[in-house]
Amino acid sequence: MSGGVDSSVAAALLAADGHDVTGVTLRLWGGATDSGCCSVGDVEDARRVAAQLGVPHYVFDEADAFEASVVEPYVRAYDAGATPNPCVACNQELKFGRLLQRARALGFDALATGHHARIRHGADGVSRLVRAHDAAKDQSYVLVGLTQRELAHLAFPVGELTKPEVRARAGALGLRTAEKPESMDVCFVARRDRVEFVEARVGARPGVIVDLDGNEIGRHDGIARFTVGQRRGIGVAVGERQYVVDVDAIDNVVTVGPPAALLRGSVDLVDLTFTHARPGPGDVLDVQVRAHGTPRRGVLVGDRVELAAAAPRVAPGQIVALYDGDELVGGGVAAA
Amino acid sequence: MPPIAYLDHAATTPVRPEVREAMAPFDGDVFGNPSGIHAVARRAKTALEEARELVAAVLGCAPGEVIFTGGGTEGDNLSVIGGARRAARSGFGRRIVVSAVEHKAVSAAAEALVPEGFEVRVVRAGADGIVDLDDLEQAIGPGTAVVSVMLVNNEVGTIQPLADVADRVRAMAPRAVLHTDAVQGAPWLDVAAAAAPADLVSVSAHKIGGPKGVGALVVRDGVALEPLLIGGGQERGLRSGTVDVAGAVGLATALRVTAERRAADVERVGRLRDRLAAGLAAVPGVVPNGDRTRVVAGNHHVRVTRVAAEDLLVALDREGVCAAAGSSCASGALEPSHVLAAMGLSRAEARESVRFSLGYASTDADVDRALEVFPRVVARLRGVTEPAPVG
Repeated sequence: MSGGVDSSVAAALLAADGHDVTGVTLRLWGGATDSGCCSVGDVEDARRVAAQLGVPHYVFDEADAFEASVVEPYVRAYDAGATPNPCVACNQELKFGRLLQRARALGFDALATGHHARIRHGADGVSRLVRAHDAAKDQSYVLVGLTQRELAHLAFPVGELTKPEVRARAGALGLRTAEKPESMDVCFVARRDRVEFVEARVGARPGVIVDLDGNEIGRHDGIARFTVGQRRGIGVAVGERQYVVDVDAIDNVVTVGPPAALLRGSVDLVDLTFTHARPGPGDVLDVQVRAHGTPRRGVLVGDRVELAAAAPRVAPGQIVALYDGDELVGGGVAAA
Repeated sequence: MPPIAYLDHAATTPVRPEVREAMAPFDGDVFGNPSGIHAVARRAKTALEEARELVAAVLGCAPGEVIFTGGGTEGDNLSVIGGARRAARSGFGRRIVVSAVEHKAVSAAAEALVPEGFEVRVVRAGADGIVDLDDLEQAIGPGTAVVSVMLVNNEVGTIQPLADVADRVRAMAPRAVLHTDAVQGAPWLDVAAAAAPADLVSVSAHKIGGPKGVGALVVRDGVALEPLLIGGGQERGLRSGTVDVAGAVGLATALRVTAERRAADVERVGRLRDRLAAGLAAVPGVVPNGDRTRVVAGNHHVRVTRVAAEDLLVALDREGVCAAAGSSCASGALEPSHVLAAMGLSRAEARESVRFSLGYASTDADVDRALEVFPRVVARLRGVTEPAPVG
C-alpha cells in the first residue's frame, strides 16, 4: 500500500471479498526530505486506509535493498550509457521478489498490489498475465519478469476496474486517498532532475558529440544527459533534426544523426523471461518498448526480436515487453 | 483474534485502575484552573499540590522541586537545553556530555544546541550496554555545562552506574548539572535512591500505569534552568501553561501504586522474564544483547540470528504477541538502533534484534503464549527473510 488510491482500493476489494488482508507499505527511500516518495504523509495515508478497512498495517524498511537493487543499478546504467527502467527493477527485486518471499514466509497465501493488470488463473494450472481492463491505465509493461513462480501467488484486484471506477470506489468507501493525484515520475528523483541525481553520484565527464561519420560536431557535459532516441537538449545545431543514435560510455562519445539513422529491424534482448512458456516459433507478437507505447509487430528468434517493420532503436536498458494479444507472454531488457 | 500477549511495556503500559479512578473527578466537577483565586480554582489547586507532594515523596525530593511536564521527552529536553543555555548565560560552560545509549529526547536535544555554539561529547558504551566510565572521565572537563546519563536504558534495559557517573562529574566538573532520564527506571527501581546523585530527574507517567502526555522533572533546589515554554510562569517559571491537573494526579497515583508494589512486582515479573529468557534461549541462534545480569526485571533483549526483526515482529503480532525492536521513525518503519550500534553490534545484527518488555500487567499466560509462538515462527522465518545485505 503506497498510500495511493489504487492500492487502497485493491485492499478494500479484497477485504470486501472476505479475505484476511494485511496492509504493508514499503519504505524504500530515505524519507520525507529526499523526494516525493515514501513520505511520512503517504505512509500515514496507507495506515489510515488500512485502519478504515479494519486490517492490520505494517511498514517494512527496504531502503537498503532498494538502494542496492534499484537506485545503484539505475545510476550505473546511466553512467554506462543505458536507459534503465527502475520501476521494473523495483517490481522484480522488491515487490515481487523480497516482499512476496517475506509474505509467503509470514504465512500469507498471496500478495496483492494496486497495479492495473489482470491475472487469469487457468484450469490448466497456468496463470496468465493480461492487460488491464482500462487500456489507458494498463501497467502490465512494468510487470515484465513475472513468471509462474510469482503469478501463482499474486493478485491485482483493480485490474478489472477503470481508473474512474477505482476513484469512485474509494470515494464511496470514504477513503482519504480517493482524490489523490497519481505519481508519474521515477519516485526517488521525483523532485529532482534525473541528470542532477545521477551526476551527484557518479560525476560527469565532458566529451564529444559526433555525427554518423565520426566527425566532432559539438561537446557534451556528460553522457548521463543522453538517451538513445532523444531529440531535445542535444545542443548541436545542424540543418536537419538530430537524434541521439548511440551513447558510448567507454569512449564517452555521443553519436547523433537524422531520424533514419535510428531505424532498426530488430532488438536483441538480455534477461529474457516468459510468464509461462516461450512463444512458438514464428508466433507474431506485439512488441512494446515503453510503458504506454504503441506496440509493433514482431517475432522472437532466439533472444532477438525481429520486427515486421523497422522502428526507432530501443535504448539499451529499456524493457521490451512481448504480448500475444492482450496477454503478456514475457520480455527482456534491450541489449547494448 | 488470538489472545494478546502484551510484551511491550517499555513502550507503554495499560493505565492502572487506581489511576483511572483517581483521575475520574477531573472529567467532571473538578475542572478549575489551579492558578485562579476562587473556590473552583482552589479545588484544582489543592488536587495539584497534593499530587505534587505525592510525587515528591516517591521521588525523594521536596514538593517545590517537582515540575510537572508533558512527559519524559519534555523533561529530557528541558534539562539538556535549559541547563545548557543557563550555563552559557552564566558564562561557565558550553560542553554537553551525553552517553551513546541515551534516548533521542536527550541526544537530539544536545545535537540541536550545536548551532548555538555548544559542543557535544558522546560517551561510549560497552558491549554490555553500560556507559564507559573511563570515557566519561575523558569527556568531562571544567567547561562542561550538562551531563546526561540515563538511569535505565530503554532498549536493552541496562542499569547505568549513576552514582559512579556522579562521582566523576562532581570531581571534574563541579559546576555541571547532572541529569538522568529515569523514565525506564521508574517501573523497577526506587528512583528516590537510585537517582539521588542527579540534579535533574525526568520521569513519565505512561511507563508506570499512568496516562500519556504527562511527566515530572525533579529540579533540585539551586539548580538553574532556562525554560522552554514561557508565558504565565507556572511551575516556578520553568514550564508555563495551565497544568494538566488530571494528568498530575494520574502521575502521582501511578508513582504511588508502583512504589507500593515495587518489591513484589520486581520479584514476580523478574521470574516471568527469567522464564521467558530461558524459553527463548532454548531456540538455537537466540543470543542475548547486553549484560543480562545488570538489567531491570522487565526487560529481555535478544538477537535472533538469520531472522529479520521486522518479520519476526509481524509474525509474532499475527499470533497476538506484541514485542518491539529499535525505535520507530515517523513513518512507523523500524530504524536500526543507535543503542545496539553503540554496543558494537553491526547494522545487520541490530536488524535481527528484538525487545520483549514485561510490566506490572504481565502474566504467566503472556509468557506461555510467547514461548508457544516464538519457536514456531522463528523456524518458519529463519533464513527465508534475512535482512537485506547492507550495500
